[in-house]
Amino acid sequence: MRRLTLIAIPYVWLLALFLVPFLIVFKIALSDSALAIPPYVPTLDLSEGWAGFTAFLSELDFENFVWLTEDDLYWKAYLSSLKIAVISTVLTLIVGYPIAYGMARAPQEWRATLLMLVILPFWTSFLIRVYSWMGILSQEGYLNQLLMSLGLISEPLIILNTNTAVYIGIVYTYLPFMILPIYSALEKLDESLLEAAEDLGCSRFTAFWLVTVPLSKQGIIAGSFLVFIPTLGEFVIPSLLGGSKTLMIGKVLWEEFFSNRDWPVASAVAVILLLILVIPIILFQRNEQKQREAEG
Amino acid sequence: MALDAFAPWEDPNADPIIHFQNVTKRFGDFTAIDDLTIDIYEKEFFALLGPSGCGKTTLMRMLAGFETPTEGTILLQGQNIAPVPPNKRAVNMMFQSYALFPHLSVWENIAFGLKRDGMAKNDINDRVDEMLRLTRLETFARRKPHQISGGQRQRVALARSLAKHPKLLLLDEPLGALDKKLRQETQFELMDIQEKTGTTFVIVTHDQEEAMTVASRVAVMDHGKIIQVATPDAIYETPNSTYVADFIGDVNLIEGKATSKDNDKLSIAWAEGQPEIVGTPTTEFGNGQTVHFAIRPEKVAISAEKPEAANALQGKILDIAYLGNISTYHVELAGGQVIKAQTANNRRLSRRTFTWEDNVWLSFTDTAGVLLER
Repeated sequence: MRRLTLIAIPYVWLLALFLVPFLIVFKIALSDSALAIPPYVPTLDLSEGWAGFTAFLSELDFENFVWLTEDDLYWKAYLSSLKIAVISTVLTLIVGYPIAYGMARAPQEWRATLLMLVILPFWTSFLIRVYSWMGILSQEGYLNQLLMSLGLISEPLIILNTNTAVYIGIVYTYLPFMILPIYSALEKLDESLLEAAEDLGCSRFTAFWLVTVPLSKQGIIAGSFLVFIPTLGEFVIPSLLGGSKTLMIGKVLWEEFFSNRDWPVASAVAVILLLILVIPIILFQRNEQKQREAEG
Repeated sequence: MALDAFAPWEDPNADPIIHFQNVTKRFGDFTAIDDLTIDIYEKEFFALLGPSGCGKTTLMRMLAGFETPTEGTILLQGQNIAPVPPNKRAVNMMFQSYALFPHLSVWENIAFGLKRDGMAKNDINDRVDEMLRLTRLETFARRKPHQISGGQRQRVALARSLAKHPKLLLLDEPLGALDKKLRQETQFELMDIQEKTGTTFVIVTHDQEEAMTVASRVAVMDHGKIIQVATPDAIYETPNSTYVADFIGDVNLIEGKATSKDNDKLSIAWAEGQPEIVGTPTTEFGNGQTVHFAIRPEKVAISAEKPEAANALQGKILDIAYLGNISTYHVELAGGQVIKAQTANNRRLSRRTFTWEDNVWLSFTDTAGVLLER
């Protein structure tokens, strides 16, 4: 009985906070937009009993999903989000791997401090940190002031409100999620494996490719998913740092909800986004599972 | 013995494969290797023996190329190897932790070094199969290191380090992680493989029994210096110092003063009221000079009646350590000194002659012990 309760707690939690809200969103996606509060029809009216329920069901349809395929804005936004998420993940990996490697190779007594420094930005609100990038990247911002005073450029660079600014923001924000799993994989790496590789004829560089990289593979995969998954639906960074040309599904979603007040279409967008995300999440879970098996 | 004894170190014309010339290695203030000169010959099974921190691992890592000497030179077949990086040396190492690549199968681990040499695919296959046969691992080729036992992992590590035909194979505590029975079996296997391949082996160990079993010569080290290099029997029977005598096996050490000399025999006064010990010195001792008399317990006989022997001491049995095949008696003499005597238990325990508190005689011949200056 006690075991059952223990298992039940997370399931009830997931049911109440994930499945129920999802069903509500899904239901709205099947509704029609209306000038009302809430801004969609039908709404479930239980006072009319069973007849009311069947009438309610008959009014639900997949119109909004069909609409998503008809207007090319949506699939373009999905594709563009996918592209931005993939590029950002690769950039974060390129920046994060050397940092994680350096941390894992640092003297033991430094590691805790370095780890602390990586986590430190979390102490400040995410929103404030993204805003401060606006101050850095804008035309009169610190970056342009610095580069101009050094004489490296004569005209200020236009970075803010471009995709470049979005990439900078994403890499900056999600870097710790990339560094931490790679660091934890590299920290476990036995130094004598690299010596053995060298002893058997590898140069330092080939030893890195043949031993270090494969042995940190699980960390790379975990870190990439931890960056890719939230980036795909990212809204704050593209809307604050990106320009009108930055097309991301998170932004489209926001506009449908709050500018157009078209909750049903917005919900359909959200449902599709969720379905797209389920694939990498399942892959991520499988990777974690494999890692546990390999360690066990 | 019909076979010619293998002893290139006694041949003044033999060229050593490894020559350490006044090698010193310092880490900051700490001197790990202190002005060390030593020769190792081809096809030798050379053991570096010493307590932890004596510098034996540093010595090995200098051979592998992971450390460079602070002073002095190391020659491999007459070539100074200091500027040669580890990946370019014809020296391979078997690591204490085995350092098997966990993401590669047994087969790929063994092939790892061969692939780096750009060997043809067929040759790699042949060589890996040969190594798998040599180490009896044929059926485990496709397994990953975490799917095989500790003993099998040890053999994979050995196969991998031997695959490239190294001129010199370094083994860092190769059997340290195995349990005692497996370790003893593996020692003979190692000797067998060394003989089959004809490779020069240098083994680092802190286990004196292991060193004695496998090695053609043993170097006993302490504080970065080599105290004695000799064959296992010479190390055991004629140690050059009390340190070596004490480190290898069990020993009774008695300190005394040289008194009189009669032909080649030397008498040693060592305790009030005890007869002087008569021994056969191999070096010159002046009158009154301090002498350390070292005698192995198994060379001390124990009897109830006073025996006819060059040295006989009376005492009382304090303790008996029964080890199955042998028993060690701790005998306390009148002056309080304790001498260990060992007898083989070639009779059943119930027929044992001596027990606690028995008064017994200890005796040994005048050639049984070694007389040491230090």
